[in-house]
Amino acid sequence: MSHVHDHDHDHTPPADQDGPLSYYQAMEGAVRALLIEKGIVTADEVRAAIEAMDARSPALGAKVVARAWSDRAYKARLLANGTAACEELGIDMGPTRLVVVENQEKLHNVIVCTLCSCYPRMLLGLPPDWYKARAYRSRVVREPRAVLREFGTEIPDGWQIRVHDSTADMRYMVLPRRPEGTDGLDEAALADLVTRDCMVGVALPKAP
Amino acid sequence: MARFSPGDPVQVQDIRPPGHIRTPLYVRGKTGTIERICGLFANPEELAFGRDGLPLRPLYRVQFEQAELWPDYDGPAGDAVEVEIFEHWLEPAGRNAP
Repeated sequence: MSHVHDHDHDHTPPADQDGPLSYYQAMEGAVRALLIEKGIVTADEVRAAIEAMDARSPALGAKVVARAWSDRAYKARLLANGTAACEELGIDMGPTRLVVVENQEKLHNVIVCTLCSCYPRMLLGLPPDWYKARAYRSRVVREPRAVLREFGTEIPDGWQIRVHDSTADMRYMVLPRRPEGTDGLDEAALADLVTRDCMVGVALPKAP
Repeated sequence: MARFSPGDPVQVQDIRPPGHIRTPLYVRGKTGTIERICGLFANPEELAFGRDGLPLRPLYRVQFEQAELWPDYDGPAGDAVEVEIFEHWLEPAGRNAP
């Protein structure tokens, strides 16, 4: 039987996960199927949870940072109870217990999860691949200055570096220092200066 | 009731039990200082096996000097790592030790 080539696609499919399932992939599929079969969750609820998580982005965290830069009392509340202060801005934090660590003059903070890839997803969305990679996780606790230098972030010798390893129930976000020369900016303009990497602590925000 | 307070020197137990452990190897046996009490949480070593993890246990943030963790650390003194550790992994150290 002949195959008529009048359709509009090429014949090299994109690379996909065509290999056999790993142990944990197979287990996840089996548990999910059982939960749906037993009526504990629906497939649509699983889909909606993934959609909601994928919709989160570092813009949420940037909004929190910009407010803290603009409002001294808010900053105090954020440092005292990160979760409550984010909820104040209408951010759904779910079960996340957030600790905000403040960069200060001569004190720089950086976040890692050496055991897996714990990350403040409710505030920053999904973690970047490098955050989950063994190289970052094993090296940043051991030689933080060298790792930050590879990100283009030079921390002077006179500054202290504090590495925060998210090993258990807390999640962390860095509150960067407000750059010089940003006095006239409103909160929306300030938020534009705050990137994901600044809130993980591998970069510093730059004035526009 | 938490056994330790912020500022207390503590030593992490140097043990290697099997199972799901949230205390990283690189701090086992090391001495640090309680930075804060995070609150009471279910024990992950029990939760991992489908049990309830009760009673809730105090969780601390412990600060370690880099030179304590890595004797060949080449950065300035004052660089530190903070790690969350459950109370049952900690013993008093230094002047508070019995």
